Amino acid sequence: MTFDGTPPANPAIDMTEEPECVAKYADGPVDPVVVVNDGMLANVFIRVTAGLPAGPYPIPSQPATIDQNGCLYTPRVLGVMVGQPFEITNSDPLLHNIKAVPSESRGFNISQPRAMTTTRTFKTPEVMVPLECNVHGWMNAYVGVTDHPYFATSAEDGSFAITGLPAGTYTIEAWHETLGKRMMEAEVVEGGTVSVTFVYGSTT
Amino acid sequence: MSWMLPPSASTFAGDIDFLYYLILVITGVAFVVVEVGLIWFIIKYRSRPGRKAYYTHGSVRAEFIWTAIPAVTVVAIGILSAPVWTHVKGRFSAPADALIYRVTAKQFEWNFTHPGLDGTLDTDDDFTIRNRLHVPVNRPVLVRLVSEDVIHSFFVPAFRVKQDVVPGLNTQVWFEATRTGEFELGCAELCGLGHYRMRAMVTVHDADDYERWLASRATTTALR
Amino acid sequence: MATTAIPHEPVARTEHQELPFIRKYIFATDHKIIGIQFLIMSLLFLFVGGLLAMMIRWQLGFPETPMPGGTVLPETMAPGGILLPEFYNSLVTMHGTLMVFFAIMPLLVGVFGNYLIPLKIGAPDMAFPRLNMWSFWIAVPAGILMLAGFFVEGGHAAAGWTAYAPLSAKGEFSGVFAGQQLWLLSLAVLGLSSILGATNYITTIVNLRAPGMTWFRLPLSIWSLFITAILVLLAIPILSGAAIMLFFDQTIGTHFFDPTAGGQPLLWQHLFWYFGHPEVYILILPAMGMVSDIIANGSRKPLFGYHSMIYALIAIAFLGWIVWGHHMFQSGMNPTLGMGFMVTTMLIAVPSAIKVFNWMGTMWRGNIRFHVPMLHAVSFVAMFVIGGLSGIFMASTPVDIYIHDTYFIVAHIHYVLFGGSLFALFGAITFWYPKMFGRMMNVFWGRVHWFLTFVFFNLTFFPMHNLGVGGHMRRLYDPSEYEFLQPLAGTNRFITVSALLLFTVQIIFALNFVISLFKGKRAPENPWDDNGLEWTVPSPPPHGNFVTTPTVYRPPYEFSSPLVEEDHLPQDRDLGQKTDPASAPGTG
Repeated sequence: MTFDGTPPANPAIDMTEEPECVAKYADGPVDPVVVVNDGMLANVFIRVTAGLPAGPYPIPSQPATIDQNGCLYTPRVLGVMVGQPFEITNSDPLLHNIKAVPSESRGFNISQPRAMTTTRTFKTPEVMVPLECNVHGWMNAYVGVTDHPYFATSAEDGSFAITGLPAGTYTIEAWHETLGKRMMEAEVVEGGTVSVTFVYGSTT
Repeated sequence: MSWMLPPSASTFAGDIDFLYYLILVITGVAFVVVEVGLIWFIIKYRSRPGRKAYYTHGSVRAEFIWTAIPAVTVVAIGILSAPVWTHVKGRFSAPADALIYRVTAKQFEWNFTHPGLDGTLDTDDDFTIRNRLHVPVNRPVLVRLVSEDVIHSFFVPAFRVKQDVVPGLNTQVWFEATRTGEFELGCAELCGLGHYRMRAMVTVHDADDYERWLASRATTTALR
Repeated sequence: MATTAIPHEPVARTEHQELPFIRKYIFATDHKIIGIQFLIMSLLFLFVGGLLAMMIRWQLGFPETPMPGGTVLPETMAPGGILLPEFYNSLVTMHGTLMVFFAIMPLLVGVFGNYLIPLKIGAPDMAFPRLNMWSFWIAVPAGILMLAGFFVEGGHAAAGWTAYAPLSAKGEFSGVFAGQQLWLLSLAVLGLSSILGATNYITTIVNLRAPGMTWFRLPLSIWSLFITAILVLLAIPILSGAAIMLFFDQTIGTHFFDPTAGGQPLLWQHLFWYFGHPEVYILILPAMGMVSDIIANGSRKPLFGYHSMIYALIAIAFLGWIVWGHHMFQSGMNPTLGMGFMVTTMLIAVPSAIKVFNWMGTMWRGNIRFHVPMLHAVSFVAMFVIGGLSGIFMASTPVDIYIHDTYFIVAHIHYVLFGGSLFALFGAITFWYPKMFGRMMNVFWGRVHWFLTFVFFNLTFFPMHNLGVGGHMRRLYDPSEYEFLQPLAGTNRFITVSALLLFTVQIIFALNFVISLFKGKRAPENPWDDNGLEWTVPSPPPHGNFVTTPTVYRPPYEFSSPLVEEDHLPQDRDLGQKTDPASAPGTG
């Protein structure tokens, strides 16, 4: 996952009235919309959109996790399978509410008034389901809900890996919250590894 | 546990507080009269052997008196309340020279759009701050209220001001702070699960300080 | 004490064959059985509503402490026994809803309307017994729908018992979907039950009065139930209509209350309160009527100003239709309208004052017997006064700016609904219990229950006035978020402790109620030496009530009449040629 050119500056967040959160940032809180390290783009959601054998696929019992820490979501972008436990943690000693606003199905809106963990599941696939906190309007996260396990999110160094695909030709889609979508084809052979590189840039 | 209102900080708070204390005294007297009367009757007219109650169906004179007294009293309270209501909430009551702000309420935050250095709303130097409102002292302030989602209520206890913020409806409220300091602002209408945390702070500056604050604010905005 | 202290066994009228159990006690058409069915149902809801209040109080008194027994609640309500804000909002909503619609209203109207109207007017049953049966059996599914909301995904309705749109109209704002819809459906169904009941009451009172039972010989309880039935008939359809509109907004995409598509949130408030204020009087007028009966009985004196008491009831009922805007002074409604609503609201103080002073006039120079119903009735007067006087603060629009949506309002409504209606109900239940079940409730435990309830009621609700004066908003999950409310935390904790005790002492009432059913002293026909027609038949009265239709000779409150030795003169006693001063045009 690469990013060419100068990434746009991320806006600072005015968190003054949540001192517990501000204390967690040495240089002041910033909204990490576009995260680029050495030309590599993080927080991109990648998934297979075509070419997969017919499901259903086993649902992992391992939960997908998201944390609210310092009045921001970590990770900001993640994937979860339909039916897979989605574990929401609040590491801040104050109220966050988690409002999932999908357009294909009914969302949920739950609160965590103190440090605690709550588990929910998604029932309908949708890429992406935005999460928001209405107490802190700047808090945003995006959840890719899929009906198969072949998805990944690019890490801080821009890398990602989708494993366990049977041999075949696949369409792979990348999604970024502000930079949009990219599509690629990839052919996977039995037991082999294929590298794909999506290119985003300041000009596109 | 006190019947005294908390300290006030706006021009019309005194009028509202006066009405409150007036009603407190009137209802206090009525309360004592009725409750003492009840207790007195309970003791004095308790059942005793060989006694029969006084057979009567009522007294027009007594009933006239206790109809007239409450009627006159409540009408008087109404007459005293009316001008204060018009002064505070009347449709055209806001002073013409008021500094105009816009408050955009949404679940669960208050966004205050300040008129900026030129003192006029909807110009380029406006800026919006979350959950903090800065106003000058001794100057009328008119707040235009907008809601993005559900009904909220703009409540500053120290200013004795409360006005629902209704989506799709342009409501407004005015006040004039009489002393500098920080005053809490809360949401008074149930607006969802974060209702209890929908609070903000109003900072009242003296005139010079307000100008200085605006100027410093303008530089930080320019930097960004 | 009573003139005929021989315990009577129920004597069925010969023309009535014995009904099978299911027709007699389940799908009953006998107004007395239906009244008792409503009694059982609404007392259960009263308990549930109280339980919800205890959870609310726990959260306000001890915000960060797990609630005792709270761990039985699922993780969506109270993880680790600490309530979640969304569940707190559901509790606030459902406490109000259950108490108003499923406890107080059916207790007053469903129970005593059914039980008292035919017996007190000398009728064998209601005009439409089968309609009456339906009125109960429609209320049951409404109750089930309402309770079902606690078990659906997203939790129960959480927009307050007033369900202000758009919070109530769109699930995305509250996270509540099915819960709010069940809430609306339940109220629409319950509305049908109320309308059937009200039609029945009105028809019965107009048509089935015994010979001689003229309008001005009706007891105040019947007068108040008659006026209440008219209010129900006119007000409930407005709620049902509004509920259906809101239901459509949620389910089929109409936009009555959705401003983003041209709807009006204030329309809901107007509809709700146009129903809601008459509703408030539905919740107090029957209590006033029954208290009038009990106070006249307890004081052994005719009711002071019988006629003006009736006119005051009518005046309150009429004014009740033109004051709804006082709930909306700060809502964004045109402030000029606020002025008009302030005047009409202030005027309600006048008939209310007439009633209070006439009750006091009734006690004046009486020979007051402090039986348990009388203790509750006098408490009603004492508490209703506080509720009425605190209303004047809100009626004054400028003062309302400050106290609107604060605990002052919470204190006010509880002084009227608990201090008023519920004390009247405790009195009424104790007063008519012997007639309903043929047994007396225990007097000692009745007095203990009254005393403790009176004390803890005041310790719970009086300090709420002070919270309101301090600016404490309603429906706050955790008031400690506000600095200016932190000094009030101690008061909140005090209220919580009192409320827990208030709830606990209701066990005494529940036990007294249940144990007396089996162990209570057998009730004579007329245990309270009263004049009403219901006291001339056995306790409990047989199917069909009266063996022969009674004839009424005089008004209902002829206590201590000079015409007779004893201090009461039943309505149906024929004194022959003796002149009856009370049948001459009365005073007042």
